[in-house]
Amino acid sequence: MAEKTEIIVNGKQTQVSTAWTVDDLIQDLELSGRQVAVEVNGQIVSRDRWSEQTLGAGDRIEIVHFVGGGEEEKCLMI
Amino acid sequence: MSDDLVIAGRKFRSRLIVGTGKYESFEVMRQALEASGADVVTVAVRRVNLTDKSKESLLDYIDRDRFTLLPNTAGCYTAQDAIRCARLGREAGLSDLIKLEVIGDERTLFPDNEGLLEATRALVKEDFVVLPYTNDDPVMCKKLEDAGAAAVMPLGAPIGSGLGVQNPNNLRIVLETVSVPVIVDAGVGTASDATITMELGVAGVLMNTGIAGAKDAVSMARAMKLAVESGRLAYRAGRIPKKLYAAASSPLEGVLT
Repeated sequence: MAEKTEIIVNGKQTQVSTAWTVDDLIQDLELSGRQVAVEVNGQIVSRDRWSEQTLGAGDRIEIVHFVGGGEEEKCLMI
Repeated sequence: MSDDLVIAGRKFRSRLIVGTGKYESFEVMRQALEASGADVVTVAVRRVNLTDKSKESLLDYIDRDRFTLLPNTAGCYTAQDAIRCARLGREAGLSDLIKLEVIGDERTLFPDNEGLLEATRALVKEDFVVLPYTNDDPVMCKKLEDAGAAAVMPLGAPIGSGLGVQNPNNLRIVLETVSVPVIVDAGVGTASDATITMELGVAGVLMNTGIAGAKDAVSMARAMKLAVESGRLAYRAGRIPKKLYAAASSPLEGVLT
């Protein structure tokens, strides 16, 4: 049984195995192949670095994608 | 003769840019995008819903070979938020085009031009192609151009209001003031609004609600396509001057007496 660590994904407390990478998280969330962008603690992690970037306790992860939008939207996203 | 819309060296055949929000379904949106003839479509950047992964993805309904995505920073109220949103949009969309919005007031959705200018400068430094949504203010538009904006997008009327261009004279002055494309963003309610806007000589029109909110969005999309084309053609054709009195168009010679 791998050790667990707590991170925050899109504002929600989430438990993941220690030494997980961004790529592991994306796969676990079934978002592989989807057009998403990932931010860890306010810094964008580009797709080619997903498998290098490991997640540590308390990390704040934001995973975003495109939704319908035009001129008018007043909800703040993050 | 080709009459492309050119933004930062990129050519687009259509002068109509459409949003992808507020449609009753993705399928209606897909048909409306098709009917609009637009080449560029705006999209918003939002958190992925991790609890409901069954949800269909917007991008499943947008043919990326056909449409250029223009991510926006809608919903951002500070320069910092807008810059962050722009970076995420670039990462997700692999494109450096950004429709930059820094909103200053929730009720009117008027821009915060101070924050907008700051964000424009920052994003231009990061090699974004910045298209800022701003007021119909020639001074502000000039400042944005000087800051490196690839186009300026003054509002015709408040976002989603459908009022049509409220101050055509300001837009005329904007057109004289800047040399980057002027794209009227927001306020168009129906086809005639789009035509009148294009007749001013602006480079393009961006709209969402005018189409998505119509009873028949797909028909309105087609109406807007024709309206934008008509307005552009009329502008290029050069209208007759307005006169107070009649001028007969049939010859007076040979009139029966």
